[in-house]
Amino acid sequence: MLENVKKFASEFFVTGNTLIYAADISIVLTSLSIVFALTYFKKWGWLWREWLTTVDHKKIGIMYLISSLLMLFRGGVDALLMRTQLAFPNMEFLNSEHYNQIFTTHGTIMILFMAMPLMFALFNLVVPLQLGARDVAYPFLNAVSFWLFFFGAMLFNLSFVVGGSPDAGWLSYPPLSENTFSPGPGQNFYIWGIQISGIGSLATGINFLVTILKMRAPGMSLMKMPLFSWSVLSSCIAIIFAFPVLTVTLGLLFVDRFFGAHFFTLDGGGNPMFYINLIWMWGHPEVYIVVLPAFGIFSEVVSTFARKKIFGYKSMVFALVSISLLSFFTWVHHFFTMASNTVDAFFAVTTMAVAIPTGVKVFNWLFTMFRGRIQMKTPMLWMTGFIPTFLVGGATGVMLAVAPANFQYHNNYFLIAHFHQVLIGGVTFGFFAGMYYWWPKVFGFMLNEYLGKWAFWLWNIGFYVTFMPQYALGLMGMPRRSYTYGWDMGWWPLNFVSTIGAFLMGAGFVFQVWQIVYSIIHRQRDLTGDPWDGRTLEWSIPSPPPVYNFAVIPQVEKQDDWWYKKQNGSHRNKAVKYKPIHMPKDSGIPFITGFFWFVAGFGFTFEWVWIGLSGLIGVAVSLFTRYLQKDTDYYIPAEQVEATESAIGGARS
Amino acid sequence: MTSVLSHQKDHEHEEHGHDESSLKIFGFWIFMITDLILFATLFAAYVVLRTRYNGGPTGEELFSVPIFTTSTIILLTSSFTSGLAVLGLKNGKVNNAVGWLIITVLLGMAFVVLEITEFASMVDEGASISTSAFLSAFYVLVGTHGLHVSVGIVWMIGAIIQLMRDGISEVTTRKVNVVSLYWHFLDVVWIFIFSVVYLMGVM
Ligand code: HEM
Ligand SMILES: [Cu+2]
Repeated sequence: MLENVKKFASEFFVTGNTLIYAADISIVLTSLSIVFALTYFKKWGWLWREWLTTVDHKKIGIMYLISSLLMLFRGGVDALLMRTQLAFPNMEFLNSEHYNQIFTTHGTIMILFMAMPLMFALFNLVVPLQLGARDVAYPFLNAVSFWLFFFGAMLFNLSFVVGGSPDAGWLSYPPLSENTFSPGPGQNFYIWGIQISGIGSLATGINFLVTILKMRAPGMSLMKMPLFSWSVLSSCIAIIFAFPVLTVTLGLLFVDRFFGAHFFTLDGGGNPMFYINLIWMWGHPEVYIVVLPAFGIFSEVVSTFARKKIFGYKSMVFALVSISLLSFFTWVHHFFTMASNTVDAFFAVTTMAVAIPTGVKVFNWLFTMFRGRIQMKTPMLWMTGFIPTFLVGGATGVMLAVAPANFQYHNNYFLIAHFHQVLIGGVTFGFFAGMYYWWPKVFGFMLNEYLGKWAFWLWNIGFYVTFMPQYALGLMGMPRRSYTYGWDMGWWPLNFVSTIGAFLMGAGFVFQVWQIVYSIIHRQRDLTGDPWDGRTLEWSIPSPPPVYNFAVIPQVEKQDDWWYKKQNGSHRNKAVKYKPIHMPKDSGIPFITGFFWFVAGFGFTFEWVWIGLSGLIGVAVSLFTRYLQKDTDYYIPAEQVEATESAIGGARS
Repeated sequence: MTSVLSHQKDHEHEEHGHDESSLKIFGFWIFMITDLILFATLFAAYVVLRTRYNGGPTGEELFSVPIFTTSTIILLTSSFTSGLAVLGLKNGKVNNAVGWLIITVLLGMAFVVLEITEFASMVDEGASISTSAFLSAFYVLVGTHGLHVSVGIVWMIGAIIQLMRDGISEVTTRKVNVVSLYWHFLDVVWIFIFSVVYLMGVM
């Protein structure tokens, strides 16, 4: 008996590495201290009522923000571990197996559990406010989406301490990811973690698409809608078409592993290339899904801080939508070396075509800045840092798109440098710009600009120091995913520089955390609700906004409506009559549903079928209960709205 | 009852700025687009792998014309009866609508049972999901549809319960409409399975 327990435990828990033991201990200690603090300060009820059961888009946005920053930390630690291993030739810091696990979890976490939720944080925090709406179209579903993301991410991260991490790359290509070559729970963690959060992302895509199409304030025609909302709309269109493909792809891989089917196996008539096509039919649109909202953010930031209307609004809209559509016709550029010449030619042309609308956007931003009265606040700093990084990233992207040349750079460090250039310089910098820009709106206080500038410069300089040498390393032939190299290759100096850069970016992250903590302690309240002298509707209401956002739904007349109203003074019209406001009730079901998905995913990961099935039954029962529920919304009485508004108004004036 | 309802609707128009039911139905159409893409991807997998028998049985040897014709007739009929339920609701006849919905559910169950027996007998003949890529694609495509039908059954039972509990209201009308829309959708997908998998398989 005892022997059995021992044997089970040694397989179940990941063992044999000091790093992992250290992580185990810190996880246990952190969890214990959280439990202790919640109990000691009697905060369990508060946590449940205010956060775990909320359907308020603003609170959901904050929870996305916190989770994504935690995931940025984990993904960043992974990155630093890898760069440490590569700092010197023949290092023995990580072995090859461990290195494989780390680049896999790093890539997966950064894209699916950092970039996606950070993007959803901004969707949630901003879109309803920009549209003049009281919430998203389906607040309950929105909460379900968040908890699916949350529990999916938890499941994926669990692989670090129990069962073992996946190690077949962030896209998990078969046949390597099949049972024959990757037995054990690692790949299953990958499949279920992403599957669960992916279903949540799909629901978010539907939710915001409908919100944007149907819930805009009266008078806001699509062509008067702020560009960030347009970028969210284009991103959601891509989500709706791409994510079902991911669901199927992961599902089929699991069926292969669990039932011994032959979709992507080498034997039995399976076709691994089919997986690679499928995963990139999702994967390429996915990178545009995350970059489009970043473009939208830059458009808002640049016109606010240049204090000018965005240049070429219509061409911006056209560019967003066409990028979203073009992104579905480029996927083969990820495996030019495996397709035929004519296919390559077609996909090389479509890939280069994406550069055209992207170029249009860059010129429009530059024209907006031209002769503007630019204020270099932190959001604008990230915006200006983005332009050169993205230009280099775009140029190297076009180089990669030249199919014959691609045979040269394929799967070496040139590629690594290129995609980090667009993912960090474009996506991450964009989301940071958005976070800094909307922070005062969400939390009602300002972030310290001085520490913010330090964070920006460390990230920006660190970025070039890390990735410029990698282009050269690629041209010198250093393959991606190599865990070590010899002295004789001549790759050492550049790798060493690159590692220094990575630590500079790590320091940038530390400054961001410091900045946030410092600003919470030395709170500098924003009483105006409009600290940047903004242009769009979210700046017309108090910060942080009341539950119902708008006491009275605004009547929109122009693009940049708030700016327009401030110019002609009509924003001061205070004689309003409040009416009762219809709001959705909070509910614990989203959290419970997410939890049961976690149970299901955990069960199937270890192939403990009964646990898996009971999780699925739990999901079904909770959703069925919700389906039968009647009492799902309520009205805030007019008097209460009036009281809230005058309390805030008192503080504001 | 009706006055309360219309009063609430007034509020929604003024204060929420939209009409709840049409919003939900619109979202449901978008959801169906995503489900359609899901099936399209599974069809693609089937088409890519359909001739990879790996020395195992072919569709021609496995599919039985009487069985899949019966399934098709059952499902088409159930689509029709779910339409009758919506019609009954339109005419304000609760019991009539509930009756047709129950018949639809029963037909749906018959369809699922038939599918399970078909799968079981194929496995008995040694044609399992791990026999060949062709069979993997077959089981997953047809099985995913069957799973959708099963979810639809539970969903429809939920709608029936509410119809019996609350009578005809804006909410129950919407719920019955949506679930019957879903049912028709599954019917359309089945027509494709019938043609691409079964008919082309035995031809
Ligand atoms: C904070 C700075 C970052 C550093 C220093 C860094 C470093 C690295 C390193 C060393 C690798 C492994 C290269 C290899 O051996 O093949 C890697 C891979 C990768 N990184 Fe990053 N990274 C950073 C941020 C990001 C971000 C923000 C994203 C996405 C939003 C990202 C996405 C990826 C992906 C997708 C891979 C490929 C994983 C694979 O090969 O399967 N990284 N990164
Ligand atoms: Cu691509």
